[in-house]
Amino acid sequence: MRKDLILHLSALSVLLLLELLGIFSEYHQGNFARILVLAAYGVGYNILFGYTGLLSLGHALFFSAGLYASGLSIYHLDYEIGQSIILAIGISAFISSLIGFLALRTIGVSFMIVTLMFSQIAYLCILYFGSITRGDEGFVIQQSSRIFFSLDLSNPTIRYYSALLIFSLCIFINLWIAKSSFGRVLVAIRENSDRALMLGYNVQSYKLLSIIISGTISGFAGACYGILFGYVGASFATVSYSIFPLLWVLIGGAGTVLGPLVGAIFMFYLIDYASDITDAYMIIVGVSLLIVTLFARRGLLGELRYRFFKWIP
Amino acid sequence: MDLGPYLLFASLEGLVHAAVLSLIALGLSLVFGVMRIVNVAHGEFFMLGAILTWWVSNFVMGNPALGFLLALLIVPLVVGIIAMFSDLLILRHLKYDPEVTIIATIGILYIIQQFALMTFGPDARPVEQPFNIRLDLYWFGFSAYKFFVIFSAIILLFCVWLVMAKTKFGLILRATQLDSEIAQAFGIPISTVYSLVFGVGAAIAAVGAVLIVPIQQAHYLMGGEPLLLAFIVVIIGGLGSLKGTVVAAMLIGISDGIISVFFSPNLAKILATLLVVVVLLIRPNGLFRTIRI
Repeated sequence: MRKDLILHLSALSVLLLLELLGIFSEYHQGNFARILVLAAYGVGYNILFGYTGLLSLGHALFFSAGLYASGLSIYHLDYEIGQSIILAIGISAFISSLIGFLALRTIGVSFMIVTLMFSQIAYLCILYFGSITRGDEGFVIQQSSRIFFSLDLSNPTIRYYSALLIFSLCIFINLWIAKSSFGRVLVAIRENSDRALMLGYNVQSYKLLSIIISGTISGFAGACYGILFGYVGASFATVSYSIFPLLWVLIGGAGTVLGPLVGAIFMFYLIDYASDITDAYMIIVGVSLLIVTLFARRGLLGELRYRFFKWIP
Repeated sequence: MDLGPYLLFASLEGLVHAAVLSLIALGLSLVFGVMRIVNVAHGEFFMLGAILTWWVSNFVMGNPALGFLLALLIVPLVVGIIAMFSDLLILRHLKYDPEVTIIATIGILYIIQQFALMTFGPDARPVEQPFNIRLDLYWFGFSAYKFFVIFSAIILLFCVWLVMAKTKFGLILRATQLDSEIAQAFGIPISTVYSLVFGVGAAIAAVGAVLIVPIQQAHYLMGGEPLLLAFIVVIIGGLGSLKGTVVAAMLIGISDGIISVFFSPNLAKILATLLVVVVLLIRPNGLFRTIRI
């Protein structure tokens, strides 16, 4: 068996064993369920940022597209869970191809600003159509509609297993991309897009495809988040939810499959402890961003890969 | 009121916002023009200006005009110094790499914003207007202070233009903007210039804050919205171009004012942002086109 497969399967088994052996308290079980779904969002972000080298500041748009597509279809149209997730995947794929098509007309700093503004439009639209989306307040998805093939997704244990399944699915997609020739081209674009172009690759369409994959995974994670935790609100569309995945990926290591998970665990608990002390817990996010940019550009797994394990995908 | 006077009222309100917006966008544009970095924390320097104004005006008893004048002198200076320190401590060590700088300024954004939350608190707090005169404009009364805001912004814009075009410091800035390496070869201390520009950019936004806070109230989250609008302004106006910034700020500010009065502020922002999309579609390189990145 390949080394990288062993690494990721064992990481997933640790997460499975933590639950099977009952090591989690109920509190940490809930936290880890959240972290796993958020890390799946981070995996989606990482495909664009870590592998293709495109820094988006607007991924909250894709996350909330999935969140609202599934949430609203359940809330207003009484969709089943499965149907709503398929709808969410379709809608986030559509939105990410549209945004990708427009935003890819720009590069570098302009790309960052344009994605930021698109996601701001989405946030303002959610507030503007408050009669449907319930705006800032948001809405709760009732427990009775959160049943998938007679599994009650609001049950903490089932919720944890579902979150683990969602996360595993995302990292295997990521692993497969990282190992495929498609992923190699993405990395080539990240390292030197002019050279990739000269070698005959259609850089623009690779970038677009990368945005679509990244946005769709983010939307899928958003849909799952809403369904598993039963709440849909405009706060998930704010700039902070675009910054979080960036931070997780930076801390864990951009362009590593498990980086988003490491970063998400780290940040989640850091913010969790900080919010016990002060209301202004987002200051932790600010300080972490500065520390990462000033002292640890590669992130945790990135540093490990650079120093010891060159084979980490 | 008839539609005509109502429209006039809306445009006057829009003009006040356009005046402040052009100051904020000018600071952003100046920093990008000379240093070629995008300062995402720019809106927070604006917010810092508003909060410091509240403090100064509470500190000074008696006539509100006195506190206002003191704030107009002190606040931009303090904000400028804070900005210079953040340049010295952080941005300089990142070597002004455009993408990394954006991430770092997002960090600065959260630190300033949350620090304001810890010290100033989550409430919006009003500042008394330095003078309370209503001008009777036949159909409606309009605060004289609002005219003062428009007037002061015009004066400041003129001063910035004067400095950029006529002084030695302006020459140094323009030289650095054109080619920082050649400028350095001619003995211009680039890193000092960068710190100064970062400070001045923030200070201009702080002046805007001092002017607007008697109308708008100070709040720790007030920096986000002007930042978005300032981005829109500089994208449409072309970064680094003073004239373009002012023209675009007028366009965005006044239409924002009119749409906000007739419809909803959120709709105004959605439309303004969509305008940027149209600009992008017509001119794919229109964004930041005055300067190569």
